[in-house]
Amino acid sequence: MRKILLVPYVLAALGGSVWLLAQDINVGVSKEAGNRPRIALPDLRGAGDAQTFMGAFNQTLQGDIRNSGFLTVVASSWYPKSVPQQVSDWRTPPLPVQAPRSRRGEMVTAPDGGGFWMTDWSRPPVSANYMAFGYTALQNGVLVLYGNLFDLTRPNTTDAQMISKRYLAPSNDDKGARDLAHQFAADILALFGAQSLAGTHIYYVHQASRMTPKEIWVMDFDGRNQRQITHFNSLTIQPSVSPDGAKIAFTSYTKGQPRIFVFSTDPVRDLRFYNQIASMNGQPSFTPDGKQIVYSSSAGVCCRIFIANMDGSGFQAVTSPGSIDAEPKVNPKTGQTILFSSGRSGPEQMYLMSLNGTDIERLSDGTGEASNPAWSPDGQHVAFAWTRGYAQGKFNVFIMDVGSRQYVQLTHDEGRNENPTFAPGGTHLAFMSTRNGREQIYSMLADGSGVQALTSQGYNYSPVWGK
Amino acid sequence: MWSSSRQKILIAGVSLSLAVFAAGCKKKAPVAAPPPPAPTPVAPAPAKPPAPSVTQLSAEPTTIQRGQSSTLRWEVSGDISSVAIDQSIGAVQNAGSRRVFPQDSTTYTLTASGAGGTSTATVTVTVTAPPPPPPPPPPAESPKTMEGRIGSELQDAFFDYDSTSLRGDAQSTLTQDATALKSILTDFPTATIVIEGHCDERGSAEYNLGLGDRRASAAHDFLVQLGVPADKIHTISYGKERPQCTESTESCWQKNRRVHFAAGQ
Repeated sequence: MRKILLVPYVLAALGGSVWLLAQDINVGVSKEAGNRPRIALPDLRGAGDAQTFMGAFNQTLQGDIRNSGFLTVVASSWYPKSVPQQVSDWRTPPLPVQAPRSRRGEMVTAPDGGGFWMTDWSRPPVSANYMAFGYTALQNGVLVLYGNLFDLTRPNTTDAQMISKRYLAPSNDDKGARDLAHQFAADILALFGAQSLAGTHIYYVHQASRMTPKEIWVMDFDGRNQRQITHFNSLTIQPSVSPDGAKIAFTSYTKGQPRIFVFSTDPVRDLRFYNQIASMNGQPSFTPDGKQIVYSSSAGVCCRIFIANMDGSGFQAVTSPGSIDAEPKVNPKTGQTILFSSGRSGPEQMYLMSLNGTDIERLSDGTGEASNPAWSPDGQHVAFAWTRGYAQGKFNVFIMDVGSRQYVQLTHDEGRNENPTFAPGGTHLAFMSTRNGREQIYSMLADGSGVQALTSQGYNYSPVWGK
Repeated sequence: MWSSSRQKILIAGVSLSLAVFAAGCKKKAPVAAPPPPAPTPVAPAPAKPPAPSVTQLSAEPTTIQRGQSSTLRWEVSGDISSVAIDQSIGAVQNAGSRRVFPQDSTTYTLTASGAGGTSTATVTVTVTAPPPPPPPPPPAESPKTMEGRIGSELQDAFFDYDSTSLRGDAQSTLTQDATALKSILTDFPTATIVIEGHCDERGSAEYNLGLGDRRASAAHDFLVQLGVPADKIHTISYGKERPQCTESTESCWQKNRRVHFAAGQ
């Protein structure tokens, strides 16, 4: 067991995502798996035609809750036969229920409510702390969800009620049902301090085959709804997304040499970024106020970090000539420091400097090659790709606490693992890995657990996770 | 006669004042002479400046085959009035380089003169006999299009890992490329040619974009030095975005660490 990953549990009362404590590096995840609150999450059913969409609904709800890293979903094989669907279904036991004297896992013959008593769910074998229930129906032609969450530790159903809410689907189909599930999951997770990933987007580079163009694509946080953004029919790479999610910046070879572009995301439109004269302008990213762009340029001599206005005007060099400086990322919390990678001390390493280029310090320890730095939303941690301990080019994803320089390795030599990017809430990371052969995008919890493939077709890399 | 009498009065007046002035001088007591200038401190005799020093004179490579070239590099410092190299090279700058094509082993003597004297340094380029010429190529139709000629006449130059410096083999390749480039650009006067910088798959894509840019730039500068017109060749870096080989082996990586030529757009 890796001590560094044992993240003490802190309740939602502390607010926001949880970044703890003392000398250990703690990132995003509320607690180790064994101590997470247990939630009973029986499949919801739909009235009449609404049942058609419940496959998509339940799969999405289960996925959101399971992958959050904040709750343990109790295996459904433990559940009682009957499942309440609305608050009025619950029954109050006639007498205080005696704990059945049996070992866990055996059939219990003690009196129970068949699923309609809260104790049916809170006592062994289910032993849940919380329970989500409800149903969907088509009401006035609209798919609706009546969703509830009970705190099973409370003495009665009135006190237990944490959520009791009606949700509306945007459309009467599987897509609408998944949206309903995301809404409900977001409300549940919010009670445990987890920011829902629903509604967030991952921009990335997609290539159908090795010989075809590279374009910027976008997908939902769970890999669904993959769609093409750019149509340059060229080499288009290095996406980044503005803090409000309204703009993306990227690099394209559509005009010959690599040039920076800034697009609005809805509608997709070229906002016209002025590129200074250079054989290479690239690797753009946004300042947290969304008013400026930092990038790398070969203007004069390759390559310095520059900062410019959103339209490319008023550009100024931040670093001095002499080395290859790349991948600038402004601290999303303070806006005062810039992470970047550079070959200034030999092989590529990760550095931090002030916004005006002073106080440059190396964060990685000089071993291997360190690249692809990405800030956590709290501006205190950096995810990056590092070959430390492995051969050249064998990158793994690491997270470093900027203050203490302590780091933890999240991937372990399953192919190349690069391009980490934090989800807006800081609980998850997306990254590129060749663990299954070709470059594909995966997500995982910020402690390295719960890896899930988000893409599988063609080649996909350089994910950037935004609103 | 009005003017005539006025002239007389004027002459009389001037004479009178001259006479008074002369008499006054004569009567004045003699004035003491000013003190002599302070004696100048005894200045030491100007030191003879040191003779110029030859800080570098090298040939790269020092051994060539007949028909190949070697590059002389030199640097002279100190008080210099002239620098010259024999073997018909003549006067040169204080620091510089020159490609030479000796037919036989040759010793080059650099003479640097200054007020302080003369320094010399020598370097020898050994010329070996070339191997027997290759057999004549099979008769083939030479490509007529510019793209065809770029593909057949311009060779890639290769680099070391994470390096942008031109190795010896890259310099000879680019030297041949310069000749071919000049010929192609003469035959296609409106054309431009792109120098692409490429990298192997190791290292981040972002850093490699910079590395590729520097490789293309190094090749560009070398070709311009050999007389290829700078406005006809442009650079572009592909980093590791467009590898010509996708295996994870050193031989494949070496194939990708290169500059490559393509027709401009």
